[in-house]
Amino acid sequence: MEILVCVKRVPDTSENEIEINAEGNDIERDDLVYSVNEWDNYAVEEAIQICDKVGGAVTVVTVGDDESEEILRREMAMGADKGILLQDDAFEDSDGKGIATILKAEIEKGKYDLIMTGAQADDGAAQVGGMLAAMLDQPYASLVNSIEILDDQKIKVGREIEGGNQEMNEMDLPCVLSIQTGINEPRYVGIRGIRKVASVEIPVHGASDLGIEPASVGNAGAGVKRLDYFMPDMGEGAEMLEGSRDENIEKLMEILKSKGGLK
Amino acid sequence: MQTLISPSELMILGFIPGWFLSLLFPIIGIGVFTYIMALRFAPLFKAAPVNRFDQLPQRGFNLIKLYFMQWKQPRYMVAGVLHILIFAGFCVLSIRSSSLVVIGMSKGFALPGFGDTLLGHSYNIFKDYAATIVLIACVIAAVRRGIVKPERYAVPAKYGHDHTKEAVFVLGLISILMISESLFEACAVVADQQNNLPGEFLAPLSLAWFFKIVLGNASLKTLQGLHIISYYIHDLTFFFFLNFLPLGKHFHVITSVFNVFFMKLNKGSVKPVQDGVSDEELDDLESFGVKTIEDFTWKHILDFYSCADCGRCSDQCPANAVGRPLSPRFITIKARDYCFEHYPLKGEFLESKPLMDNIYSEDEIWSCTTCGACEEECPLMIEYIDKIVDLRRGLVDEGAVPQSLQKPLRAMEKRGNPYGKMEKKRFEWTKDLPEDCQVTVLDKKNNAETLFFVDSITSYDDRIMEIAKSTAKVLTAAGLDFGILGKAEKDSGHEVRRFGEEMLFQDLKNQNIDAIVKSGVNSIVTADPHALNALLKDYEGIPKAEHISQVIARAIAAGQLTLKPINDDKVYVYHDPCYLGRHNNIYDIPRQVIDAIPGIKRVEMTKCRDRSFCCGGGGLMLFYEPVEETRMGKLRVEMAEAAGADVIVTACPFCMVNMEDAIKTSGLEGKMEAIDLVELIEHQI
Repeated sequence: MEILVCVKRVPDTSENEIEINAEGNDIERDDLVYSVNEWDNYAVEEAIQICDKVGGAVTVVTVGDDESEEILRREMAMGADKGILLQDDAFEDSDGKGIATILKAEIEKGKYDLIMTGAQADDGAAQVGGMLAAMLDQPYASLVNSIEILDDQKIKVGREIEGGNQEMNEMDLPCVLSIQTGINEPRYVGIRGIRKVASVEIPVHGASDLGIEPASVGNAGAGVKRLDYFMPDMGEGAEMLEGSRDENIEKLMEILKSKGGLK
Repeated sequence: MQTLISPSELMILGFIPGWFLSLLFPIIGIGVFTYIMALRFAPLFKAAPVNRFDQLPQRGFNLIKLYFMQWKQPRYMVAGVLHILIFAGFCVLSIRSSSLVVIGMSKGFALPGFGDTLLGHSYNIFKDYAATIVLIACVIAAVRRGIVKPERYAVPAKYGHDHTKEAVFVLGLISILMISESLFEACAVVADQQNNLPGEFLAPLSLAWFFKIVLGNASLKTLQGLHIISYYIHDLTFFFFLNFLPLGKHFHVITSVFNVFFMKLNKGSVKPVQDGVSDEELDDLESFGVKTIEDFTWKHILDFYSCADCGRCSDQCPANAVGRPLSPRFITIKARDYCFEHYPLKGEFLESKPLMDNIYSEDEIWSCTTCGACEEECPLMIEYIDKIVDLRRGLVDEGAVPQSLQKPLRAMEKRGNPYGKMEKKRFEWTKDLPEDCQVTVLDKKNNAETLFFVDSITSYDDRIMEIAKSTAKVLTAAGLDFGILGKAEKDSGHEVRRFGEEMLFQDLKNQNIDAIVKSGVNSIVTADPHALNALLKDYEGIPKAEHISQVIARAIAAGQLTLKPINDDKVYVYHDPCYLGRHNNIYDIPRQVIDAIPGIKRVEMTKCRDRSFCCGGGGLMLFYEPVEETRMGKLRVEMAEAAGADVIVTACPFCMVNMEDAIKTSGLEGKMEAIDLVELIEHQI
């Protein structure tokens, strides 16, 4: 099974102190550290596990700049067989549709049975997977939390439904899936693993390689343009209950009842 | 001179000479033994290399102390004393037993010097008592094993089968050896006495002496029969026992002398990934760590063979105590059984399978806090930490790292601290120090005599920063010229290495060594025993590091620090951090420092000093989510409470985190508190 996983390099938001830049249209990126978007990591792990079971190869692809190569290597250290970097000045500031257009062009150059994306990115809008499927005219399932390969034509896909429910679907290949975290336990990639793939060649494809009209992507082709970027004002603080444990439990019950949390 | 016919002169069934039969036993016995031992050696030859032929004088000294003097045995008093008696008896009787084998072929044989000499006769008295004492010890031991059944010998079902039968069986064999030897001797003496010949003197109240009284009026025929039968029972049992030893836990009778001699000498350090491969060459290695049994070093396999299954390690293991799926004893026993199974005495060697998920589980291997209680306890000097680290290296190499540890490891790689906090925040704790205590960040312009190595938790954790501040204040008060590395300092990597991520550790280590060398300091001080251990054992080419308690003790002795009397009547107890105590032998200094506070009341917990009970582990262990029934910190706080203490004094930032957590979760808030040694001293300046 040939599997392509679309990945993205994102700022590590957990402990980074995010500040807005002087222009107010983006975050200050100088002091940030970056990593693979968490959802994408689960997708790559799932792809590797599928290939371990039924054979095949995993390709990871990203739309990015020179520094994005680092995350491709990290995913290759995990076990992806091949990495492709889609890079061109014309790709900069693409909106979701632009990214999907670029990915579609690359996908059509190869022959993939299964395409995966993360359900969303730390800094994204959870839109590329769906758009990509529509552009490729392939079936699509989002928020996937289990995949079972039935044969080389069909797979069984589990989806997480709001409220903790689970849905099972049968899908025809080829198709596009966006992967939810928790589908597996991604393996650890150590420095040793990254060094082992340090010298593997990663092909770089630009707009002309992909046959993309530069004006259709990037800033020029973007139908969605960011106007502002800010941190919302802090809302009211939490209410601290003070008193003995029994009193606090009493008060908490009252609050929960009054807000409809307890009936 | 002897009335009875000796086994060597006997004609069995009228035509088999006794000497021939007596020759047959050792030939077959030693032949089979050689065969078994050759097969037992096989995995040792296939195992990884390690040089244990260095520092021979030290090894000789250890052999005398730990093997011949049985140094660690009395840590468990009853079992220890019994073992010492049996061991000493064995040493004495080995001469007699070897002579007896030859006596069966040559009448009246004695080793050179042991014939009709003063030495020979004195030895005979000595060995009569030795045999008697060994027999008594065996009976008491058998009662303990068979009837009293101390808890620590029990084998939980998931780890295999109980070995009480084997233990009692061997005690029976030893008893048979003692009885048959004494009976053989007593028969000859009684027969001689009946003929008014001067028989060998039997030590009063010894086993042989009792036999002499009992058999006093026996007929010559009976005596002759018993003499021969007891000889062959002894001979048969002797060679059966020899061949039984390498089949189970009594293998230690043969291997322990070597195991102690080849013991690990650099306590607190971690073995290199592969012996003889330098840090720079690590990238070229095909595989990291232990994945199959042959990836262990030959010494580690010798460890497996040497385990006496006494259960002391697991009895002291904090992970075992809180119900984590780890029992050090079975790390060894499972590997020993696996060795026996894969290198069988009959048939082909089996193909090597991965150890993980076969005999060990991942949770088991991640459960260890590397506190070293097991190694401290083992009378045979079996190593555990290096094996755990090597197994973890194997897991890391395969990507099998728990999710809870992946994030801090990645953060360490990117930001040099497990929290992923920004480098520039590493010295934020210095911001609100008083005017008279300003901490210099060392660089090209600012230098100092001493480096205060802060490490990650003390730099970033809101609570633990207080330890950094107290340390700075105490160092200032003691008049030391010191500074910190600031942004240039990375996590010491102490736990990164012990959790098996060697390459990341190498990275952190190299960055720190660079920064320390560049800073031009002449000494290093830290308040974190884990950092101390890394600086002392894992780093090279840097000035010697000391723990803050050592600096304080010196300053007090030199009169540079004077402490105010304590103004409360609380009872203090000192908790030994594993990496200060067990791994670095610093037990007395922190106690001296506490006792230097006038009027302080200090008690000890039952488990203190080298038997200290781990608080729950430091570094990455704080991130790990173990499978456990209770928490180590909780048990430790309860021990402090049982000792009658109100305040636990620790000397390690991780102990502080675990103790304060445990005080809260044990409902002891307001009744018990934890304070770091340096904080306590700072309050008294």
